[in-house]
Amino acid sequence: MASQDIPKVMKQPRLGRKTDERKTASQNVPKIMRQGNLAPWLYLLPALLVMSFFIVYPMINTVALSFSNKDGTVSAATTCIAGNPCWGVFENYRYALTSEFDFSSPVSFWNTFWKSSFGNNIKWMFLMTAGTVGIGLAFAVLADRVKYEPLAKAVIFMPMAVSFVGAGIIWKFVYDYGTRQVQIGLLNSIITAFGGDPVAWLSTPGLNTLMLIVVGIWIWTGFCMTILSASLKSVPDEILEAARVDGASEWTVFWRIMVPIITPTILVVITTMVINVLKLFDIVYVMTGGNFGTNVIANRMYTEMYKNFNAGRGTAVAVILVLAIIPFIYYNIKRFLAQEAMR
Amino acid sequence: MASVTYENVYKRFGDMVAVDNLNIHVDDKEFLVLVGPSGCGKTTALRLLAGLEEISSGAIKIADRVVNDVAPKDRDIAMVFQSYALYPHLSIYDNMAFGLKLRKTPKEEIKRRVTEAAEVLGIQDLLTRKPRQLSGGQRQRVAVGRAIVREPKVFLFDEPLSNLDAKLRVQMRAEISKLHQRLQTTFIYVTHDQTEAMTMATRIAVINKGKLQQIDTPQNLYDHPGNLFVAGFIGSPAMNFFPGKLRKDNGRLVVDAGDFVVPIPEKKAGPYKAHADKNITFGIRPENIHDENFVPLNIDVEKVAVKVDVTELMGNEIFLYLISGKNTFVARVDPRSSLRVGQQAHVMFDMDNFHIFDAETEETIR
Repeated sequence: MASQDIPKVMKQPRLGRKTDERKTASQNVPKIMRQGNLAPWLYLLPALLVMSFFIVYPMINTVALSFSNKDGTVSAATTCIAGNPCWGVFENYRYALTSEFDFSSPVSFWNTFWKSSFGNNIKWMFLMTAGTVGIGLAFAVLADRVKYEPLAKAVIFMPMAVSFVGAGIIWKFVYDYGTRQVQIGLLNSIITAFGGDPVAWLSTPGLNTLMLIVVGIWIWTGFCMTILSASLKSVPDEILEAARVDGASEWTVFWRIMVPIITPTILVVITTMVINVLKLFDIVYVMTGGNFGTNVIANRMYTEMYKNFNAGRGTAVAVILVLAIIPFIYYNIKRFLAQEAMR
Repeated sequence: MASVTYENVYKRFGDMVAVDNLNIHVDDKEFLVLVGPSGCGKTTALRLLAGLEEISSGAIKIADRVVNDVAPKDRDIAMVFQSYALYPHLSIYDNMAFGLKLRKTPKEEIKRRVTEAAEVLGIQDLLTRKPRQLSGGQRQRVAVGRAIVREPKVFLFDEPLSNLDAKLRVQMRAEISKLHQRLQTTFIYVTHDQTEAMTMATRIAVINKGKLQQIDTPQNLYDHPGNLFVAGFIGSPAMNFFPGKLRKDNGRLVVDAGDFVVPIPEKKAGPYKAHADKNITFGIRPENIHDENFVPLNIDVEKVAVKVDVTELMGNEIFLYLISGKNTFVARVDPRSSLRVGQQAHVMFDMDNFHIFDAETEETIR
């Protein structure tokens, strides 16, 4: 009989009844707290309550709002204007996805695309990710070889300690374009000192987004460097030495030994940065407010929601942003689980 | 195939002198073992030769070319590391082919050499695997294979066997010796294990505190250690040492170790006469101390009273840990010996095989 194998303690029925004078410590625990089907949920309950109230509910409400009109009272379909294209209940999505583009010709579409929030977000995604990861990796490798490594790293990491708004203001001064003879902007005063003409860094379309990306790189490079540096330090010196003895130059050691070994970390840093960049808002909001063709998706969401008071359009942009980020989060979690499984 | 020369080589790390005026000449095709306790500078000496550390002063030559400022990749050497240092992201084949690919060796040639080396080492079935799928012994072979395929002028081994279990170590020891005979190339091998040094080397360089103590063939090193350190380092169990005095007693030179006095046979007394009344250290190896009932024929022996402290039966021999006054020492005696723990007895010192060291300089008196 299998039941005979179960230790006596486990067979004790319904705790709370005074059936046994010699209660063990575990028996003193109320039944509901003991291991079973219920206990895990009990432990999770506080977190689940908070999460559902602050995350799940707003998420559902956001999706619902994105299908309704300005104030969330009726379906978005009612906002259609006769004679214009209309996607019915998806009208807010039509607006979010198409309003920035000029579809009259492929060329005009191309031009408007690269000044739209979507085009800009793509620029941000590629340039800032490449910049932060590339420069971060370079610094991680180089700092590893100098005696003042902690100091060098501290300097690179310091911008992380500045708030984005603070960084935006700092760089607004750097990029300042004075209208009079005196240039208080650092860059322009350097240029004029050499006899050049001052440049309107933040209001020249095309150039301005690049300038904003530089600020983003300035802030986030330290983060990438720190993680990549930790990963590089875990590569045993002997492997690098073996490669050098095997005939590899430092350049070859870097590309063919170091980089392949830390590729998993590089990928995680890249996806983390992509997620960060897609959500980017502060720098653009502070420095240009999304004007002069520098808008990004997150700033559009904010503008629709809190400046135009159009909850429907704002939430539609939010949903689009979330959908764009999900694949990267999925990838990150998958990698994380795979790494955990290897331990 | 090349000779290697260290000329007045120093390596300093700040105030610490890791390698102190090293002078060694290694002939072509020689198997030189650098041996010494951990932290003695032997690995640093090897890394200097590999170019992984810069020398502070002096010169290192490979095949009569000074390589002080030559990058490791251009020194035409191959090195086997203690941790094997295989490239974790490459297959075993690619691990072995890495150096050849960098040298733009034709594909066919790479394939031929890798397959050949893999066959020699018995790892031909592992070529498609990744290093993490291999056992320690297999990784060790791959590391050796990676060195072989390069066909370098000099092979460097940095304690390659210390991560293996005892049985595998003995086996690999024999294989590396065979490899040396087969390849006919210069091998320089670093170890802290004097057994490895004794079994494989054509010559051994004993290093302590950054200084070369003695360099000679294994047998000479064992029979004629140049100083106290070498005498104590080479041989297992180690040589027994007794601090004492040389003095004249009735016209004969004797070693007075306090707890016992042994006369030096007249035929061996020659070099010691000038050192009468000096403080010395008397050294005798465990195998030169015999149970008084089992003394080999035709040797001069002297009787010493002892108490047996511990006995270790090995089957073919017995290690006796003996006490004589304040001295404790080891004897390696005939397995038929009936000496037991706690027993008061006499052992015989073989006075044809002993060493006397100057107590101050620790050099051998000879």
